[in-house]
Order: sequence, then structure tokens, then C-alpha cells
Amino acid sequence: MIPASFEYHVAKDIAHAIQLLASSGGEAKVLAGGQSLIPLMKFRLTQPASLVDINRITGLSGIRENGELQIGALTREADLEKNPIIRQRYPIITDTAAVVADPLVRNMATIGGNLAHADPANDHPATMLALRASVVAQGSKGERVIPIDDFFLDTFTTALRPDEILVEIRIPKPAPRSGGAYLKLERKVGDFAIAAVAAMVRLDESGKIAAASIGLTNVGLTAIRARNAEETLRGQAPDDKALAAAGAAAAAAAQPVSDLRGPADYKRDVVRVLTQRAIRKAVARAKGGN
Amino acid sequence: MAVETAPAATTTGPKLRRIHVTVNGTAHDVDVEPRTLLVHFIRENLGMTGTHIGCDTTSCGACTVLLDGRAVKSCTLFAVQVDQSSISTVEGLEKDGKLHPLQEGFHQEHGLQCGFCTPGMMMTAVGFLATNRSPTELQIREAISGNLCRCTGYVNIVKSIDYAARKLREPIEGKA
Repeated sequence: MIPASFEYHVAKDIAHAIQLLASSGGEAKVLAGGQSLIPLMKFRLTQPASLVDINRITGLSGIRENGELQIGALTREADLEKNPIIRQRYPIITDTAAVVADPLVRNMATIGGNLAHADPANDHPATMLALRASVVAQGSKGERVIPIDDFFLDTFTTALRPDEILVEIRIPKPAPRSGGAYLKLERKVGDFAIAAVAAMVRLDESGKIAAASIGLTNVGLTAIRARNAEETLRGQAPDDKALAAAGAAAAAAAQPVSDLRGPADYKRDVVRVLTQRAIRKAVARAKGGN
Repeated sequence: MAVETAPAATTTGPKLRRIHVTVNGTAHDVDVEPRTLLVHFIRENLGMTGTHIGCDTTSCGACTVLLDGRAVKSCTLFAVQVDQSSISTVEGLEKDGKLHPLQEGFHQEHGLQCGFCTPGMMMTAVGFLATNRSPTELQIREAISGNLCRCTGYVNIVKSIDYAARKLREPIEGKA
């Protein structure tokens, strides 16, 4: 399959990328890992007039812990998956990166692309909702920090303006006694989720849940934050009863549709079960386990 | 290799872009359309048909090549993206008439039936073994999870890669 013709531009730096985007009149797309964009172009589901290749911009990739965790938007999934800081201190991100597509795709695919593409089936959006992340955008009018709750507007639609580029993801430093996990059910390796759940918990000194945050993958028009499920957990001991209530609340927050990955009722039940398992794993990690 | 570019002002054809790419150690300067996929560039512009097109939808891994040492699906990359880069394809595995340990492994362990997935499997394994010299069976299985074998000959493919891993460790371990 051959994509439609397009103009190809290599951005030298972020300012150059912004200038190329701004001068395209909204007809340009950013080419990062290309693992979603290029297939869409091959199917001709999208036919951008021009591509702005950001892969040559130095400083757009990398992982730094600097009060908070800062992940360059161009960081490849394979590098996230193997990174020792992430593995030790943010295992929910390792969980997530490790189930994005397959190892070959992960050698190209980027975390920024996974978020900016805003496919509700992508894995990082739910995890970033659970992590209370924010994303940094740069555009003609300068830089702004967008809380993740305000980032996903609709399927394939984010708060990024046409002349803005996502440059970094910022994640708050993990609180003491906190932990998280991402669990995904997929039909086969490399497929999108039937459903997946990201859960973060913070325990108080007595071992009760002081705060929880929960994100859901591929059961709505965007990744969904299950706020009611978060509320039911606050102040509770993480016992079977509390987890069951949270699972039921998360299932109620899901808005799946029936498709080739299963009927809506089945997916809602998958959310119910995965939510409980993800919280259980998050609690174990908050207590120092794995 | 000299390639003439048609002057842009006098042609209505697609705008070409000159890329400089090293494939299996040989440098090429070629003019390509931006929309040319890397796999088409390798097969059609360079005439190297060892890299296969299977699904053409980023699923099967038959088109896997190494881009600066990393295994990637060449059907999901534009040739213009690899300007100034180094590509390795299955044709580069054999050196001086001697099979690469992976080729030897696939031969010894009957790692192929129809052979269509084999170039992709081997290039994935080359990239993988460069990062993991002593993989477990599970790690090998995970590493090839982006490559499909429709003969379902996975058991012998895993054995072949394990053979190559052992063979590649031999010289160093032999000295120890």
C-alpha cells in the first residue's frame, strides 16, 4: 500500500518544527515514531499535505528525574521499557511500555506519539491519567503545561493547537507508600486492548488507601478516568470488599461498544476484574513488593 | 553511484529527495519520493529482495531490517527517514561464503518451512542477540512476538535462535 504524496520536512530543532507546522496552515502532521501515522497514511485514512519529521531533533528524547520525572516526547517505547529509573520507581510505566504493540514497533514508537495520537486504544493515556501527569507543549505562542485531564478532547483529538508540538511528559515524584500497575487484556500479542486498567494508590501509615487514581483504556471515545472508583477507595482498607466496589464503579464508568474484540457487556466486566487486580498489584508495590 | 535529479522547474512529476544510506556496508545515494516506504526502497531501488513484504500492515515482521542496529519493520518507515543511516538486511548476514550463526542455526535446527518469515525472524534475532547474549527461551519468544510464522514453526525457530546465541557466545567463553 502506497500513501498519498506529501511534502517532507526535516525539523532541525523545536523552533524549526513549530515554524514548519505554523506555515502549513494546519495541513501538516508531526512524524515521530510513525507507527500509527504511517499505517493510517498507507490505508489513506489520512492524507496530510506535509510531514514534519522530528526524529533528528536532539534533546527531545531522554528520561530525567529532576524533582519530577521528565520524559522527552521522542523517547522510544523500547528505551522506556528498559530504563532502570522507570523500572525501579515507576513500574506502572514499564508495565505499559512493555505491552505497546510488539518489540519491533516499540523500537520506533514514541511515548509522545502514543499520547498525541489520542487513540483511546493506546496504552499510555490511561497510565498518564492515573499518574496525574502533565504534558508540555511548545508552539508559536511559547510553552504551556497541560494537565493530562485537559489533554484528551476526543478520539484522535487533543488540546494541542495545530502549531504546537508535544515536547515532554512530566510525572510527579512518587509519594511515600505509593504504587501503581497497568494490566491489559489483549487477544494476541501486539493487538490493542480489549480493555486495560491503570491504577495508582497511595497508602496512609495504617495501610489504608489515602488516594487512588484509575485510568481505563479502549472503553470510550478517549481514555477514561474512573473518578467514582477513585472515590470509593478513599479511606478504605484495600480488602476484597473495597476492591469489589471500586471494580463495580470502574465498570460503570466504562463506555465500551461491541466490536470484533467483544460485546460491550463483556468489556465492562473485563474492566471490573482488571480494576481489582490492578489495585491489588498497586497496593503490593506500595508496600514494597512487586 | 551517480543519480541525476530532474530539474524541478521543468517537471510535473513528484518531488524527489536525495538520501545517503549505507546498506550492509555499501553506501548508496538515491533519489526517492518521500512516500517511498523503506521496504520498497530496499526491494525496488536497490533490487535486494531478501527483505519480504508479508502483511504490509505492521503486523507480521517479514520486512524486518536493522536501522542503526535496531530491528524495525521496514514497511512502516519512509526511506527518507533513514537518510545518513545504516541499514542491515538478510543479504548482509553471510560473510565471505560463511553463514552467520543465525543462518547456521536455522539450517541446523530446521528453523524454516516455507521460509517466507525467515529473513524477518533472523534480522529480529540479530538485533535481539546484540542486546541479550544469553536469552532464556521465554525471552526469545518475547523477542520474536512481532514476527509471524504462518507455518507455525515457532518451536524450531526458537531453537535456531538459541543455537545462534550459544554459537555467538562460544569464542569468548572458549577463551575463558
